[in-house]
Amino acid sequence: MTDTPLAEPEPRFHRPELGFLGWMSVAILLFWVVVVIFAPWLAPYPESTILTNQSFGPGDAENPMVFGSDYLGRDVLSRLIFGARITLGLAFTATMIAFVLGVTLGFVAGIIGGRTDDFMSRINDAFVSFPSIMLALILVSAFGSSLVLLMLTIGFIEATRVYRIARSLAQNIMVMDFVEVSRARGESIWWILRNEVMPNAFIPLSTDFGLRFTFAILLLSSLSFLGLGVQPPFSDWGSMVKENQAALNYILFYGIKVAGAPLLPAVCIFSVTLANNLLVDWNLSRSQQDISGELIS
Amino acid sequence: MTALLRINDLRIEGRRNRRSPYTPIVKGVSLEVKRGEVLALIGESGAGKSTIAVASMGYAKPGCRFCGGEVLFDGLSVLDMTLEEKRAVRGARISYVAQSAAASFNASLRLDDQITEVSLVHGVGTKAEAVERMIDLAHRMQLPNPEEIVRKYPHQVSGGQLQRLMAVMAMNARPDLLVLDEPTTALDVTTQLEVLAAFKDTIRDSGAAAIYVTHDLAVVAQIADRIMVLLDGEIVEEGATEQILHEPREDYTRKLMAAVRPPPKRSGEGSVSRDAHSDNVIEVTNIDAGYGRRRDGSIAVKVLHDVSIEIPRGSAIGVIGESGCGKSTLARVISGLLPAASGDTLLDGQPLAGDVKDRDRDQLRRVQIVMQMPDVAFNPLKTIGQALERPLEFYLGMRPDQRRQRVAELLNMVELPAEFASRRPMALSGGQKQRVNLARALAAEPEVILCDEVTSALDTVVGAQIIDLLKRLQDDLGVTFVFISHDLSTVASFADRVVVLYAGRVAEQGPTAQVLSPPYHPYTSLLLHSVPEMRPGWLEEIRETETAQLAAASVVEIGATGCPFHKRCPLAIKGVCDTQPPPVRPLPNGHQIACHREIAELGH
Repeated sequence: MTDTPLAEPEPRFHRPELGFLGWMSVAILLFWVVVVIFAPWLAPYPESTILTNQSFGPGDAENPMVFGSDYLGRDVLSRLIFGARITLGLAFTATMIAFVLGVTLGFVAGIIGGRTDDFMSRINDAFVSFPSIMLALILVSAFGSSLVLLMLTIGFIEATRVYRIARSLAQNIMVMDFVEVSRARGESIWWILRNEVMPNAFIPLSTDFGLRFTFAILLLSSLSFLGLGVQPPFSDWGSMVKENQAALNYILFYGIKVAGAPLLPAVCIFSVTLANNLLVDWNLSRSQQDISGELIS
Repeated sequence: MTALLRINDLRIEGRRNRRSPYTPIVKGVSLEVKRGEVLALIGESGAGKSTIAVASMGYAKPGCRFCGGEVLFDGLSVLDMTLEEKRAVRGARISYVAQSAAASFNASLRLDDQITEVSLVHGVGTKAEAVERMIDLAHRMQLPNPEEIVRKYPHQVSGGQLQRLMAVMAMNARPDLLVLDEPTTALDVTTQLEVLAAFKDTIRDSGAAAIYVTHDLAVVAQIADRIMVLLDGEIVEEGATEQILHEPREDYTRKLMAAVRPPPKRSGEGSVSRDAHSDNVIEVTNIDAGYGRRRDGSIAVKVLHDVSIEIPRGSAIGVIGESGCGKSTLARVISGLLPAASGDTLLDGQPLAGDVKDRDRDQLRRVQIVMQMPDVAFNPLKTIGQALERPLEFYLGMRPDQRRQRVAELLNMVELPAEFASRRPMALSGGQKQRVNLARALAAEPEVILCDEVTSALDTVVGAQIIDLLKRLQDDLGVTFVFISHDLSTVASFADRVVVLYAGRVAEQGPTAQVLSPPYHPYTSLLLHSVPEMRPGWLEEIRETETAQLAAASVVEIGATGCPFHKRCPLAIKGVCDTQPPPVRPLPNGHQIACHREIAELGH
């Protein structure tokens, strides 16, 4: 192409379409946000009141239950609604903690480099080398599993993963020519961090945020399923699956109807994680477009 | 003899992404290649050269599709083949050599396994035969110790060797047609020469046909039988090499030829240097610099050894040498990005701190650096205006309205419209970005601008325009330029003084006309003789010389004892050059040559 100014048409920036699956995902996530915020008004019954003496039944005339009762005779629907608060709220806060911790430390290590980086990264590697569920089990058995401690535990474990991504992003951006130009100009490290590193790290990090949130939900649910997560009287989706797993034995005799109590919480976990992953994929394709100017599909 | 490859009225269209409409890229191109013939496709980037070349294998790049015409390879219609049929042809009968060999090899497999793989996959003989052909081809490609070199991994061999091994891989299954896509563009002149010669020999010996894609006319003159000039997907002109080079019929072809800078003159005449300067804006004395630190504090990889350079105010200094000679390191030392291990840098006679952090803002303002790759020189998220405003704010403390006005002036200075301020870097072409890159340096109102290979990533035509712009800026503003390049012709056309670096040491420096005329340092002589001339037959002549043969036998080695060039030097004295560092021999006008030989011996 000749270099006469304006000779080249300006490439248009196209935002990839969200598509049907994308909109479904947004709808599912919005639905859960509404449920989390308005739980007390949406739930037909209090979360821990025993309403019937029938386990895994359809309720009775006074207390009809859409999804039936659980092993103690509580309303499954109400418990799912309140469980959403615990599961999603706790996982979200834990992810926030993970990002504040992981990104700060990761950027520090990536930008300063040298021995500081070696020291921080090797310690981090030690934690990363544990499977996250095992590390969680150790920490929970050492410190206990109150809601705050669970949040901190999961936040810490995910932070070790976030740290690695933030560090390598910072390292990659710091050696780009435009950062070299800023350094040669005499800009301070803070200016470079704010103006060059942060904006360019934002989209990859936001993608990772979505994934981390999913992992946090799964980690929390696994802990609860093993009985080391959320403790009664609170309950999250993971602990609901555990409490009600006896119902799975009754399917043969009474049909699938009785299995709502253990299966529906699992479906809820599935819906949130799937919707979240679909959105992450979409965000990723957007970020690939940002770098190359073209959608990599 | 019938053509091996015949392309009739080929039409290809492409789109930027899934939502934008298709636009034509190749608009009805017809061509023929016979056995034993090399057809060169030339033109600027975006002309459709590569697209046509890969179409001969029935391949359309992502986002492209065939929309008309036919491709007949040995009578078979390639476009109508199924993927299975195409696979049988690709690699075995048509093979492809890409621009970047480094990106075409798998870094974790040994070279021999990768080279023979094609033959084995296509069942062309046994493994032993494939290995035999590989060794034979490697010999013909003049690779040193073929049996050993093929057992290495890609990162263990040099760039020029890898490019030749790439050709060995492409020819291993004895294809009938070779598609060479800018195979020497990324190489140094000296390496380019060896690779070109090897390609030419092997194509001729094997009786294959070849399509050679390039934008470099001097290269084409050496290797092609016929030339096809392309512009925007259409044929401008086609003809025998001699005819296109000497009697081009079309204006566009003449324009392409004009953009090729003539090889620097090797006689006593040449551009007369500007008036003698006594006033140096920058002085670099006895610099040692490199990367990494050992435990005792010394440098792990020492790149620059005892480099001393004077940069007179208002002049243009050219720094040349092959890759790995420390040219960019020198620019990084002067700009403070890489503090020197020892030695001083003076700005206007005042010592400059080694580290950018310890320099004051005014010192920083006076020395600006322009980076090599326009594509990564800008934060992709900021507009051109924002990128240009920052130095105005940072160094000159301008208010927002003053800055906006100044940005328009700066864009005008580099011949771009003021509207570009609101665009993002992505929306600019390479040449446009490089102009903005210069404007950003100019924004600081500097005294010295360090240009690190600013034309290397650009087309010949666009690069020539950037050089013209640099010359105009120098005349208008009196800025001092340090121009780093591996392209001797470009440097010779622009610089008042030239510094020749070899393996981190100054081999020769002085006024351009004096450096480019005898007496030469043997390395300067090698560089000068390696610049391709735009006449067929040049390659054969030059290869016969002892200089070229010795130069091809070895590569740049950092940290060699004695004179670093001794292994490649036709004048090397055994027992002296390989043990003692050479003395610096002064000549008039600050011209210096670092060599053990007497000046009188450095004739040719």
